[in-house]
Amino acid sequence: MADRKTEHLPGAGASLHHYARGMLLSVILTLAAFALVMTGALPRNATIFVILVLAAIQIFVHLVDFLHIDGSLEQRWNVYAALFALLVVGILVGGSIWIMFSAHERMKPDMPGMTMPPETF
Amino acid sequence: MTIPLDLPEAHSVHAPQHPAAAVDDAELTEKTVFGFWLYLMSDVVLFATLFAVYAVVCRSYAGGPTGRELFDLGFVLAETGVLLLSSVTFGFVTLAAQENRKQAVFLWMAVTFVVGAVFIAMELYEFNHLIEEGAGPSRSAFLSAYFALVGTHGLHVFTGLLWMIAMIVQLARDGLTAAVHRRLGLLGLFWHFLDVIWIVVFTEVYLIGVL
Repeated sequence: MADRKTEHLPGAGASLHHYARGMLLSVILTLAAFALVMTGALPRNATIFVILVLAAIQIFVHLVDFLHIDGSLEQRWNVYAALFALLVVGILVGGSIWIMFSAHERMKPDMPGMTMPPETF
Repeated sequence: MTIPLDLPEAHSVHAPQHPAAAVDDAELTEKTVFGFWLYLMSDVVLFATLFAVYAVVCRSYAGGPTGRELFDLGFVLAETGVLLLSSVTFGFVTLAAQENRKQAVFLWMAVTFVVGAVFIAMELYEFNHLIEEGAGPSRSAFLSAYFALVGTHGLHVFTGLLWMIAMIVQLARDGLTAAVHRRLGLLGLFWHFLDVIWIVVFTEVYLIGVL
């Protein structure tokens, strides 16, 4: 009866090796990201790129080993919902950064052709 | 936040061995897990708005302190390790529940609670330290966004701790019924999900913040 109670639960197929592997990979990825920033081994932009990639890999590791997303047919709707959420996140975060930084560029006080006196800002 | 605590399942508590009840339980579990997953996805959107705000104002210091001056990466690394450890100890709750080992579920739930409480204590210490240094949420747009984002994550973790207390009470009162199994599964999703959010927090806020 134990299986009946837990078969549809998240983590139904989980075993110790999932958690061990997730822990080990997360420790390595986290330490790598912190070490890169703390030592300053790479130039700033390269560091940002590498730690974003490390974070993406670590999110994937957590999804597979801790949240047990395995792409099985049973989880199809969970994955669709996650993809939709990801689309909204992309629009929200990407759109906000795009619009605000564009506005920031256009409102620089020393733009040529700017005729309004600065005290109106 | 909606935690499904009062679903119609009284029948299954008393007759979990009945085949029809077991089928109902399986269907209810499937639906409940999917519903909770949808809630988590809406939480993703909540955090995305806070991340977007932070990304926009993260260099708006208003003449106040910068992330490089404020953040102590060693301390953040320790916080990250504590939260990761709590995710793994919750994994042991899940494994123990699968094997119907009630005492082990108790033990690992208590361990996870303590480790999670250590994380909250560290975060409160950090917030207190910042406010004492004059770097409270009202100092600059950067600090407002920082406290809103990291504070919202902390509130979620705190809610998870309350949920753990509720589960320990239910476990003691009802034992490992289908309903308790289901709630343990949802709490596991919630807890691991918060660790995923923290990956983005330490990368975007702390690591990029000191660069």
